[in-house]
This record gives sequence, C-alpha cells and structure tokens, in this order.
Amino acid sequence: MTEKKWPETWQEVNPGCMVFRPGSAKEYHTGSWRAKRPIWDNAKCIKCGVCYIYCPEGCVTENADGFFEANLDYCKGCGICAHECWPVAIKMVNEEE
Amino acid sequence: MNTATKNPKNVIENFDLYAPKLVSKEEFFVGGHRACQGCGEALAIRLMCKALGKDTVITNATGCMEVISSLYPTTAWNLPWIHVAFPNAAAVGSGVEAGLKALRRKGKIADRRVKSVAIGGDGGTMDIGFQALSGAMERCHDMLYVCFDNEAYMNTGIQRSSGTPFLASTTTAPAGKKIPGNQVWKKNLPEIMVAHNVAYVATATPSYPIDFMNKVKKARQIKGPSYIHCFVTCPTGWRSTSETCIKLGRLALETGLFPLYEVEDGKYRLTVEVPEKRRPIQDYLKGQGRFRHLTPDQIQVIQERVDIEWETLMIKVEHSRSKESLRARRSR
Amino acid sequence: MGKRVGMEVAIASAEAAALCRFDVAAVYPITPQSHVAEHLSDIVADGRVDASFITVESEHSALSAAMGSEATGARTVTATSSQGLLYMSEVLPITSAMRLPIVMLIANRAVSGPINIWNDHSDIMPMRDTGWISFFADNGQEVVDMTIQAFKVGEDRRVMLPVNVNMDGFQLTHMVEPIIMPDQEEVDHFLPAYVPYAALHPDNIVSMGTLGMPEIYAEAQKAKDVALVNSIKVVREVWKEWEAQFGRKYEPIQTYRTEDAEIALVTMGSMGETAEIAVDELRKQGVKAGLLKIKLWRPFPFDDLKKVVKGIKVLAVTDRACSFGGPGGPVFSEIRSALYDTPKRPKIVNYLIGLGGRDVQVENFMDMVRRAAKGKLSEPYEFYGVRG
Repeated sequence: MTEKKWPETWQEVNPGCMVFRPGSAKEYHTGSWRAKRPIWDNAKCIKCGVCYIYCPEGCVTENADGFFEANLDYCKGCGICAHECWPVAIKMVNEEE
Repeated sequence: MNTATKNPKNVIENFDLYAPKLVSKEEFFVGGHRACQGCGEALAIRLMCKALGKDTVITNATGCMEVISSLYPTTAWNLPWIHVAFPNAAAVGSGVEAGLKALRRKGKIADRRVKSVAIGGDGGTMDIGFQALSGAMERCHDMLYVCFDNEAYMNTGIQRSSGTPFLASTTTAPAGKKIPGNQVWKKNLPEIMVAHNVAYVATATPSYPIDFMNKVKKARQIKGPSYIHCFVTCPTGWRSTSETCIKLGRLALETGLFPLYEVEDGKYRLTVEVPEKRRPIQDYLKGQGRFRHLTPDQIQVIQERVDIEWETLMIKVEHSRSKESLRARRSR
Repeated sequence: MGKRVGMEVAIASAEAAALCRFDVAAVYPITPQSHVAEHLSDIVADGRVDASFITVESEHSALSAAMGSEATGARTVTATSSQGLLYMSEVLPITSAMRLPIVMLIANRAVSGPINIWNDHSDIMPMRDTGWISFFADNGQEVVDMTIQAFKVGEDRRVMLPVNVNMDGFQLTHMVEPIIMPDQEEVDHFLPAYVPYAALHPDNIVSMGTLGMPEIYAEAQKAKDVALVNSIKVVREVWKEWEAQFGRKYEPIQTYRTEDAEIALVTMGSMGETAEIAVDELRKQGVKAGLLKIKLWRPFPFDDLKKVVKGIKVLAVTDRACSFGGPGGPVFSEIRSALYDTPKRPKIVNYLIGLGGRDVQVENFMDMVRRAAKGKLSEPYEFYGVRG
C-alpha cells in the first residue's frame, strides 16, 4: 500500500477503515510521555531477561552482548523493569538529567 | 523456597518459572500503542499473543485494549484482528471460528488450523458480554476466550463492574460518606465457565508470565472451548503506582486473593504455589488508592471472605487429586 | 432449467439462500421468520449445502456471529423480524461501515408495544439510516429472486455492502405460492463464488473495526454514503442480467397502468398485488388510476421516482409504519422530500395502512384513491380505517 498523507480524503479512506499495515502503531512514538527513563548498570545485570518480559510496550530488547536496553522512542517510563529487576541493575532517572 | 519471606523487596520466587530467554522475541502487539504507563492489560496482551503465535485471529470487544491499539490508520496488531462492538466479542469470535472452519473444510483457505481467540475486559465479558460468552462457550466452538479483568469499566472512566471487589471505590459505586464503595462480592466467572463444562478453564496474571503463556498455549491446543481469566493491574483505575503493576498481581496470589489454577474437565489444580502462610490481605490493599478509605474492621471482613474463598478452592483442589475425572468430557 | 413449484415463501427463501451455496448461517428464531431459520438448519443438517449453522443465543449475537464469519471470507446469511431486528440494530450500521456483504432475510413484523406478531413495516423503517441496501418483495417469486440477487449485488467489489430482503411476515412468509425455482446450475452461472476484499487470515494480516477519530469519521461516513448511493448502478446491472438469464424483469419502482394515470397509489411489499386489483376495478369505473410499487427502498431511487410520477396529479402513498410525531409515514415523507424540488409535482397524501397485520382489501384501496382524488386529507397523515 502506498503511503497516504494524513488526514485522508473520503476517497482515500480504506473501506471499512481497515488497516492493512500490521504493527504500524510504531509510527507513533510514545517516548514523549515519560518523566523518567530506565538506565541499566550492566555490571550488575545478570541477563535474566525479566525486564524484557515485563515491559508493557515490548520496547526492552536484548543487544548483541546479551545486555538489555529500552527503546526510548516508546519507553513510557512506567518503572516496571526497574522495580522487578532482581539484582536492582536498573535505575529510573528523571528525564531532565 | 519461599522467597516471599526471605526477600520481601525483590519477590521473585521460583526462579525456574522464569525463562524469558525461551520466549519468542517476535512481537505481535507492538509499542506505539496508547495504553497508560504500567498497564497490566497491555503487557498481558503482548504475552498472550507471543504464546498464541501467528496462526490466530483475535476478536476484541470494545474497551481499553481495542481503543489504544487500533487508531485508524495505524494498528498495534501484527495478527488478524477484528473489533465490532462491546457485548459481542464472543459472538463475533464464534462466527470467525465457524467461518474459518467452513472455509477450510471446503478448501477455500489454506489447510491449517487458525485459532479464533476472543478477548474482552471484565465489562465486555462478565456484564454486557456475558450472554454472548455463555452462548459461545455452550455451543462448544473451537475458541479461546480470555477475559482481562482489571475490576471495573476502565476505558469509560473506572465505573463499577461485576468484577469490582467488595468495598473498592469506583466512579459509580464510590466510597462516599454514607456508602463505602462497592457493596457486593466479585462475581466468580471462572466457576461459571466450569459450570458451562468448558474443557479448559484457567486463571492467570501477567505477574507470572510463563505460567500465563503456558496456559494460553495449552488452551490453544484444545479442540473446543477454553477460557482464561486474566487478572490485570490498572494503575490508573486502582490508583496505584505504575511500577507496582507486577507486584500487585504477585500479592494477589500470595494473599490467596487471586490464586492461579486450572480446571480441566472439572479437575482443579493449582499451577503456582501459594505460600503456606498466606500474606495478610492488607499487604495487597494498602498499595491501592481505591481501597484507601477502608477501616481495619472492613479489612477484617475482606480477610475473612478471602480465607473462605481460598479454603473452598482448596477443597476442590484436594478433591480433584483423589479422583480421576470429576465429570465426563464434553467434547466437540 | 427452473422448476415451477408450490412452496411456502419462507421455505422458498431458505431454498434460494441454499442455491447461493452459503458457507455459514447464524440465525435466531422469531415469529414469523422461524420457518426460514428452521429450513436453513434442515438444509445444513441434511448436507444439501456444505455449511455451518450457528444456533446463536440472540439476534444481536446472530448478526455479530454473521459479521465474524463474513469477515473471514465466508458467504453468510441471517434472518430476523421485528424485535429481533431492533435487538441487533446496534450492529446494523457497523455491518455496513465494515463493508461486509451479509444477506439478511427479514420477515417484516410489527414492533412492540403492544406486542403483535403480525405484518407491517415498523421493524425495517427505523433501520433505513443504517446503510444497508433494502429490497422489498411483492410475492414469493420476488423473494426467491431477490435473495439470489442480494448476494450478487452486495458482494460486488464496487458495492461491498450488506443487503436485506424484506418479505411480509405471514402475508408472504406463510403463504404457499407458485414459484419458479431456479436450478443449481443456473444460480452457479449467475452468482460466482465470494471473493472478499479483505479477510481475517494470518496469510494477509488486516485489522478490521478500527477506531475513527473525529479527523476521519466524517470522511468514512461520506465514503459509505457514496458507496450506497452508487450501488444503484450495480442493482440495475444485476437486474438486467437477471432478466436476460431468467426472463423476469425488475425495476426500482414498478409501474402498473400509469401511462395515462392521474392518480396513483404507492405501495411497498405484498399489498401491491391487492392494490393492482383495486386499480383494475377503478379503471372499470372510469377512474384514471395507476399504481407504483417500490422494490428498491435503499438506495432510494430518486431518478426513477421523478420519472414515474410525470403527469400524475395525485399520489396516495401507503405506509405500513408510523414515524410518531413526525411528518408522516416514512415512505410518504421520503417521497415528498424527493419531489420537493421538482416544479411539476403531484399532490401527495398519506395513509397508514395494515398496521399490526390489519387486513387491507380491494375496497379499502379504492376508497383511499377516491378520497385522495380530492387532493388533501383532513390530517397530514391518516391512520386508515382506525375506529374512533
């Protein structure tokens, strides 16, 4: 499907307002919502992946070294990862810092 | 090992429950959705979809998850998905199941099993959606229904539902000067589903993600109706902090308030061990603003009820251990 | 080659749906539609059509299940009446908005209060804004023909809209009529297999029923309206094809003896056949009477209406429903509105007839015409034949 400019004309609206671009919500960056961001201390991280499992946005991913980080385009700063991290390797810091 | 008492701050007991590395990295419910920070339901949906895999069609009732995930012209779903209205997720899902079945049988679509899964909140399942759920389950469609229970009509503004617990404050049963919140006990939907002879009924919560995903996988295999009641935290509606989302689900289990069990053909089995000395219900209630008006006497009333419900469930679990099968399988 | 049979019209409508090789039927019984539901389930249980019959637990679930099924690409049929139609009314505009070409057979029945199981149009009239294509059948043959045409029109890629076929409850559904039943080969030739625009399947992922914010809702509504308005072209095409293959002609508004008519009755549904006899009797008495029978209610046939009323001085529009506290019966007020800008338009009067299954006889139609010839009724609309 070719990219249409938003907002669409009545002729452009997909029939039934169907959306044929699965996962297109990622075009909307919810990162602007947060007041705090998670910072990983890889010295403490035991690479268990609990932060990855518990993220409601699914924005915590494993990098090539097996450590984890949040995609700041989507991280809403809810703090679940920091709260659940067993070795307390994640700290929530204010956005301004 | 009961880490609940040993490590009160970092309560991840039973580490072998956690094998996140084994979980598929594919995301079927992507970030960019508009759920609140710390939404337990969004997390639960993300995990459920990982367990279901790509050969699934989701039917979604009107509610938070539908609204935050499908703002035209984008969608957070990486799976075929349909939303029609509020009370009919189970009915639409049963139609999806019948359609897929007929088309596959007639060779009009690929010859492989695509599971119909209908989802809704406690409103869309236990109240307005109750009739459709009952009908779909009793007709034995090959469909999984997952109820995401955050104990009120959250999307419309935290109004009272039949899933709202006793004395919780909601916007239509508020803790006022005369009446201190919801005046009746929570409706037990899993029991109602067991009474419908649903082959597989389970309770779950994203706080125990592997347990939840295993249950979803199991339900998917069932060639008939299955039901999962998923307890999810709503920080906005419960007036709790976003980061305690997972902890509250854990406390719900450790107090015996929301035990995790499954019922297969009438046999009850706990799937996550509850500490022998259950935590006092006060530990669960105190982190939530919707309970902040409770007096010690009221908390005691709740504690007694939790104890009774827990003991009742344990009787069923014990009874199930001693019998091969409590009721004849109602198969399709 | 079609066979001439004597068949109860409700049964015939189910047979017609069977000829269309539906994949799924989701139906909840309600008098007087029940024979449709029952016969559809007979057909499925006997394996005469390879389909699933969902015994849903309510009409709301009937249309909902039908939507789920149609959304997977399965050709789906449902049926209802009266209270059932009202119960599923929440879902009706969603079906058309989501462009799912479900066919619904409606056995028109009066709407409660007081509860009444007999025939009138008060069930379908409140639904005229829901974006469905609406056919009205005069007799059993039309019910059968329109059921088959409905699938073809609705599923056409230029239309993609649900269609309801209206047949008068009891007056039609429970009558045994002579019907030429097309055979399977003829219908297979006329109606190809359903190829959906989009379908719920992992091989081609789509999200259906998304949220429309204020920025887009109005555009979506216009798109739906344009689709419905333009569908009249496809209806005409399909009717032309039908005439070529089966020899039976259909027009949005069928005329009877209107070539030199000065006064014409307007009917919708099976009363048209009684009105025809009344027109014949009036003609014998020298009254230049004619009759307009509306077959296509939505999309409203504006052009056809303007054409057929040329030269007519008085229209006596009969309605079988009341728009309480409004400007008259629905058919009357829509015709009046449609002709408002026409410089030479007839005087239009309105009779509400046959409510709740009340019989309307030839003499009644003749009386209506005679009184209408005076050009004005004492009230804007008249409940015809009401005592008191």
